Amino acid sequence: MNRFHPTKIQSASSLFVVFLLSFFMAMPSGFAAAEGSEDAHHDSEKLDAIHHVIDGQYFDFSPFGKLKLPTGWIVAGFDISPTRHVVMLWIAALILILVFSMVSNHYKKLSKKDAPKGISNLMEVLVDFVKEDIAKQNIGHGYQRHMPYLLTIFFFILICNLLGLVPFSATATSNINVTATLAIFTFFITQISAIRAHGIGGFLAHLTGGTHPLMWVIMIPVEFIGLFTKPFALTVRLFANMTAGHIVIISLLGLIFVFKSYMIAPVSVAFALFIYLLEILVSFLQAYIFTLLSALFIGMAQAHEGHEEASAH
Amino acid sequence: MPISGFVFLLEGSLLSPNPGLIFWTAITFLLLLVLLKKLAWQPILTALDEREKNIKSAIERAENAKEEAEKTLEENKKALQNAEVESDRIIKEGKEYAQKMKDEIVEKAHLEAKKMTENAKNEIEQEKQRALMALRDEVAELAVKGAEKIIRTNLDAEKQKAVIEGMLEDITSIKN
Repeated sequence: MNRFHPTKIQSASSLFVVFLLSFFMAMPSGFAAAEGSEDAHHDSEKLDAIHHVIDGQYFDFSPFGKLKLPTGWIVAGFDISPTRHVVMLWIAALILILVFSMVSNHYKKLSKKDAPKGISNLMEVLVDFVKEDIAKQNIGHGYQRHMPYLLTIFFFILICNLLGLVPFSATATSNINVTATLAIFTFFITQISAIRAHGIGGFLAHLTGGTHPLMWVIMIPVEFIGLFTKPFALTVRLFANMTAGHIVIISLLGLIFVFKSYMIAPVSVAFALFIYLLEILVSFLQAYIFTLLSALFIGMAQAHEGHEEASAH
Repeated sequence: MPISGFVFLLEGSLLSPNPGLIFWTAITFLLLLVLLKKLAWQPILTALDEREKNIKSAIERAENAKEEAEKTLEENKKALQNAEVESDRIIKEGKEYAQKMKDEIVEKAHLEAKKMTENAKNEIEQEKQRALMALRDEVAELAVKGAEKIIRTNLDAEKQKAVIEGMLEDITSIKN
């Protein structure tokens, strides 16, 4: 039923890879940002790919100027003033609410024998896809309980990804804070469904990996870390995928300015267009993968526990 | 310089944490989840489920109807076959009965005819016997009468001759 069966060794190695990845990612971005900061004082016109994709307190409508967002919303010592990624999240949420209120109105008018048309039909295809190919396949029994979460996360990520492709907007899902928060939801749902499927005792027994008590010294830390590698992988996968495309596009366009030549423009634009089209595919793909892996983790948490109980007897 | 670099790693890099953003992501997502669950997922999923059930039951019904039709067809075929066999049997029986009846009637007629012929023969025989008896009586009587006449006129040959001739004439007249 499940397409992936990561073993303990795999999860440990994936943890290692992810740590390496995050290390490399932190390094150049830190340098680039540092350079950008220095240049910001001297040459504010300099193109900075990292600066383009990170969050900020404004919308950059250049050459038409900037739209500053309100600042100074401080609650309990935290600055919660909206950044452009926050605004993009709200826009995505608003679009989803509008679209789906239309769709559900259409459904209310629909008689039993009619098939939906237009946008409802499109949405139904996606909903049915999430239901049949993601939830049913990977969670199996009791998948209905998780449908609202999976559908919401799929459409939310999809719309955020696609909105990132609109000129002057920003990609909220290319911010690690956003992807981490979404991954944490998956993490909590996974653990809760694991506990629900097998009780706290079973959940704790799973941490020992079903091995001899002497092995617990090794198994418990590995299994415990294993719990967190899954959401961490989700976080980095979505964040990196959504960031990479934008950086590649702006880098390709930046080549024109680096070479200071119009001759390079056709090549840059052609490649940037190709990447842009690829980004549309990636938007769907990453929304699908995030949802698929969430469903898979939930399914694994439920099935694995049950399996171990069965083998324990 | 190293300090400002470190500060920017925290505040302006790809990996810089932002509690406000985390807070807003969580709030936005949870609100969206609750709203869409009420607004969209429940109606859409129920509609999908209902349609699925409808289609399933429609297919089932069609399947049942097909089976029923096939059964009826089979039954009809069987009934037709039975009817053919029955009609064949009835015709055959009728023919046999007719043949038997014909045979019986002919037999009866033969017997009747035979009986009638026999009766006729018997009657004829009886009549013949009776006729012969009557003739014998007549002849005897005539003989007796002739003898009487002969005895009465017992004189000459001429007379005898006339008597016998008279007797013969009588016999012939009787015979005629």
